[in-house]
Amino acid sequence: MNERDSIQKHTIIALVEDRPGVLNRIASKWRQRGFNIESLAVGHSETPGLSRMTFVVDASTDAEQVVKQVDKLIEVVNIRDVSAESMISREMAMVKVRANTSNRSQIIELVNIFNAEMVDVGPDSVIVEITGDEEKIESFIALLADFEVIELVRTGRVAMLRGSEVSHPQEEHEEPERYQGFEPPYSAK
Amino acid sequence: MEELTGAQMVMESLVREGTEHIFGLPGGANLPLYDQLPHYHPRVRHYLVKHEQAAAHAADAYARVSGKVGVCFATSGPGATNIVTGIANAWMDSVPMVCVTGQVITALLGRDGFQEADITGISIPITKHSYLVLDAAEIPKVMREAFYIASTGRPGPVLVDIPRDILQQKAPFVWPEKVELKGYRPRLYPDKEEVARAAELIAEARRPVILSGHGVIISQAYHEVRELAEKANVPVITTLLGISGFPGTHPLYLGMPGMHGMYWNNIAIQESDLIIGVGMRFDDRVTGRLKDFAPKAKIVHIEIDPAEIGKNVRPAATLQGDARTCLRELNKQVQHVERPDWFARIDELRREHPSITIRETPEVLPQYVIQKLYEATGGDCYVVTGVGQHQMWAAQYWWYDKPNSFVTSGGLGTMGFEVPAAMGVQAAKPGELVWSVCGDGGFLMTMQELATIAEYGWPIKFAIINNNHLGMVRQWQELFYRNNIVATPMQNPDFVKLAEAFGILGLRASRKEEVEPVIQQAIEHAGPVVCDFQVKEDENVFPMVPAGAALDETIDLPAFEDERVGVTA
Repeated sequence: MNERDSIQKHTIIALVEDRPGVLNRIASKWRQRGFNIESLAVGHSETPGLSRMTFVVDASTDAEQVVKQVDKLIEVVNIRDVSAESMISREMAMVKVRANTSNRSQIIELVNIFNAEMVDVGPDSVIVEITGDEEKIESFIALLADFEVIELVRTGRVAMLRGSEVSHPQEEHEEPERYQGFEPPYSAK
Repeated sequence: MEELTGAQMVMESLVREGTEHIFGLPGGANLPLYDQLPHYHPRVRHYLVKHEQAAAHAADAYARVSGKVGVCFATSGPGATNIVTGIANAWMDSVPMVCVTGQVITALLGRDGFQEADITGISIPITKHSYLVLDAAEIPKVMREAFYIASTGRPGPVLVDIPRDILQQKAPFVWPEKVELKGYRPRLYPDKEEVARAAELIAEARRPVILSGHGVIISQAYHEVRELAEKANVPVITTLLGISGFPGTHPLYLGMPGMHGMYWNNIAIQESDLIIGVGMRFDDRVTGRLKDFAPKAKIVHIEIDPAEIGKNVRPAATLQGDARTCLRELNKQVQHVERPDWFARIDELRREHPSITIRETPEVLPQYVIQKLYEATGGDCYVVTGVGQHQMWAAQYWWYDKPNSFVTSGGLGTMGFEVPAAMGVQAAKPGELVWSVCGDGGFLMTMQELATIAEYGWPIKFAIINNNHLGMVRQWQELFYRNNIVATPMQNPDFVKLAEAFGILGLRASRKEEVEPVIQQAIEHAGPVVCDFQVKEDENVFPMVPAGAALDETIDLPAFEDERVGVTA
């Protein structure tokens, strides 16, 4: 993939309540509104009961609507498009490659260059683990194409803002007014 | 602490939320709830409908006119799936509603038990929120949250699904003092800078219009929108759901825009230099072809739902918050501006294109019936409609001065809404006159509720605009499908005999001179009445913006009776 695509993709991070069905609701919004989601990663956050998710939408999707529609869900505490901000993003991949004594050293060389790790060595295959931004992983996988890739598995992207800024600040909140019955109708005349 | 069953907790919660009316139908899974009803009668009244869809529509309409949260009960499986249309209707029109459904016992959940349907899953895209309760102790909190979510911010339906064993389980009843939802913080107050910018835009505008929507009615901003119009000297157009949010006979009132809106409105919108959208969402029926909508206009959008802002149009100023609150802030800053050229232009359009003239014909014209209804009632009644031609005529040929007196299915366009919705309106307004203007097609979709109406003695007056067709669909076939009339003519029952079978007075008018006496007799009759108005079968609704056309391509009312407008889609 080229640099332009990576700029146009949107990385969105959300803090959501850790309850059954949350993912169902979010996915329902994506599906109904035709948002094209490229990847999704969810896990516990620093606060018990809250999960943080990172998802990537492709360039054809109106990211502002994605954020606003998902934010309408009651269980979504906070959501933010961080694409334009200074942030760190990481993915991980594991690649199972056909390897024998003759080409294993070439793979090891590649692994070292990329700061990847060989996590399993079998008689005729190895599993390599790599962590990095999308571009790094893409180029690593491209180079592995010279060998026989048996299996490839990738996580979605996770992202975090640089510096001490909190991705999801807690907002001040005023109690909304509730409509407990209309006032007696006023006369228009 | 005394322990209550889940069912008792639901009822106790309803009492605390001020619920007085429930529409519903019992079944195996929600029987524990019904077991409790006698203990709460008459503080909480339950009305037995004949089909669950009607329960949801009645609760929906009840909420619209009372301003309170509508409540409906249904059992699991088919009971729950039957309310889906009603939930979707409330969702599209932002109506606060809480639906309590019974569910199969927890041991059978997810095992395809008898009458199991995953209603929580089914309803996700059409509810503001939904709950599946798996512990009776959570019921008070869930019910409190459900009402809170339904009635605040942009209102909407909330579903609470409770398995039968949870309704029977005992637990301490703890009513939460406060609702704490981390992820739900509706914004009410607009930014000061945006208010100032909006006021500036209004002051600079030479050809402004106000597009007033359902949000004005929901937030009871009648006074405020009128104050804005009068103070800033801006004419007011109301969307279909915005009708009766601004006085219909007010000199600044222009009527409805869009697909079947007034010709002058559609042209005025296209020529305007500022549109002030209040509590409305620039729906496709209002805007016509979006890319050619109001090309010269800047937009001020007053809207509570952030997701609606920038969805269809890009506003120059955005007041995000409650319509009434926003208008109050805005009204402090607006100035009176004379706009003689603009009003002269609108008057000219109105003179040249009188979109709502009623022709002299031998047959009964549907518009004529609406006109006579308006004259007979003086507009002092609630008008409920279904969806289709009759709905458009009821919107066009009536001047709604009574606030919030027009109840219709807008976003979802649910035929059959008119019968059960009238029940909800009458339950909320017992002393008031309720006219349900029905299509013959829609009436037949939900007319089983005549049994309910007879049972509770609701004195609803039904005016069936009977053209023996699915009229609006027939109109589209005529105009856009080479007049190939397929599956729209209907062989209707004898509506008078039908009404009588339910123990309801049935009246018929098939000639013009019979229309007024029938209306009069219906009004004078103390109980419910079904009036069968046999109207000209092939009358079309005009003006009309063909689907996908821009507002300036509006087809005006044809000048002569038999003139048919040739349109290519």
